[in-house]
Amino acid sequence: MEPYLFYVMAATSVVASLYLIFEKNPVFCALYMVFSFINIAVLYVLLEAQFIAAVQVIVYTGAIMVLFLFVIMLLMVNVEQKQKDDLPFQRIPAMILGFVLLVVMGLTIKSKIFQGKEGEYTSAKVESIGHTQLIGKLLFTDYLLPFEMTSILLFVAVIGAIILAKRKV
Amino acid sequence: MDKELLIFLIIASVKIFIVFNAVQLMIVSMIWLERKVLAHMQVRLGPMRVGFHGLLQPIADGIKLLFKEDIIPEKAEKILFVLAPVMALVPAMCTFAVIPFGEAINIFGYRIDMVITDINVGILYILAVSSMGIYGIVMAGWSSNNKYSLLGGIRSSAQMISYELTIGLSLIGVIMMTGSLSMVDIVNAQSKMWNFILQPLGFLIYSISAIAEVNRCPFDIPEAETELVAGYHTEYSSMKFSMFFMAEYANMITVSAIAVTFFFGGWHGPFLPGVVWFMLKLSFCLFGFIWLRATFPRLRYDQLMHMGWKFLLPLSLFNILITGLVMVIRGL
Repeated sequence: MEPYLFYVMAATSVVASLYLIFEKNPVFCALYMVFSFINIAVLYVLLEAQFIAAVQVIVYTGAIMVLFLFVIMLLMVNVEQKQKDDLPFQRIPAMILGFVLLVVMGLTIKSKIFQGKEGEYTSAKVESIGHTQLIGKLLFTDYLLPFEMTSILLFVAVIGAIILAKRKV
Repeated sequence: MDKELLIFLIIASVKIFIVFNAVQLMIVSMIWLERKVLAHMQVRLGPMRVGFHGLLQPIADGIKLLFKEDIIPEKAEKILFVLAPVMALVPAMCTFAVIPFGEAINIFGYRIDMVITDINVGILYILAVSSMGIYGIVMAGWSSNNKYSLLGGIRSSAQMISYELTIGLSLIGVIMMTGSLSMVDIVNAQSKMWNFILQPLGFLIYSISAIAEVNRCPFDIPEAETELVAGYHTEYSSMKFSMFFMAEYANMITVSAIAVTFFFGGWHGPFLPGVVWFMLKLSFCLFGFIWLRATFPRLRYDQLMHMGWKFLLPLSLFNILITGLVMVIRGL
């Protein structure tokens, strides 16, 4: 049953992403993005990564996208006025670069880069230790340095946001 | 289809059916109880006409709401306007899937756990699903094409995001002591001592943020009628309005059930069966909501935000620090 669920979820997430790009109304765009995020969370569950799935929904759809919607609703971008393209010279380079990106992605997927040998943490081992426990343990042992560096990066970003917002005071 | 799978499906469907209907019944009785208790606290009688002491009043209200004209404003975004009450109610109902409400029993040689499903990220599932409820409110506020609705929707979503953070952080103390995110493990860890005694600060922070999270008095700023008419559901009528109403009560039951599971030992208790204890504790928490509503006046919006970010958030981080220190010192 799981492969079918994967196909359904993958297809809906791709369709939602396409709507996200082609929809004119920014509020609907944000909602399609939310829908796509939820589909991706289900894909994480199918990969036996329940913790990542839950965090994906809590952080991205539950917090970040709500703030996005906030800003969009408060600014109330008028859909009818925004018809003309502000950056017409961008169009042709964008098409070329998009095509290049597609080719590179296709070549990468076709190459054997992603088919490395099986690592230390197989799904059976993850199952026996517990997914969340394993992530916690690894974050604070093997990957402590990147973890702490990320937290410092976020801290700097928070301070930067406060300084930008409070410049006048 | 083999036999094991069939039995699993039957048991799961029966459990879902029972829990779903029990929650619906609790919502209905909560509406009646709230009116009666509030009335008696204000030395009134409350509903008395329909049935014995107004017992059938919620049913009468429900029928009335069903037959009212369902108005959709002309300039509203139709799809989102219809979808919003659903988005508010469905996540509120989904959270009950992981809440354990009794000890496991044996019927015909099959072990039946008194929980719909015990997933290993139980509390994260609840936080994730309940955070989706914000979209119902935001969508309702925006799609109504009404300034009061929009302001109410933005206020309540800001409030819910702020207090979701403190809810999550206040529960971390318990999760650290249990060493598991599964709701069943958390209940089993409390068979000797309730976490309420071990984590008093965590419970205090949780209860304040839970009341704010479900937009109840004294934190019911999103529907402050003197400022915002009725908040995000100003334009809603008939059954759509009652769905928002039900979602509010379902959320109240959810946060009370989390409080029972995390701080009051779940279904553990002497003499009586587990399900009875769980319901008793849940009713106590729900009564607390009504009691608070009859007691406190409403906070101002900026006071609410200050309390969340400048008082409760540092306090919950402090609680995690203390819990960690004590655990290290005791060598757990």
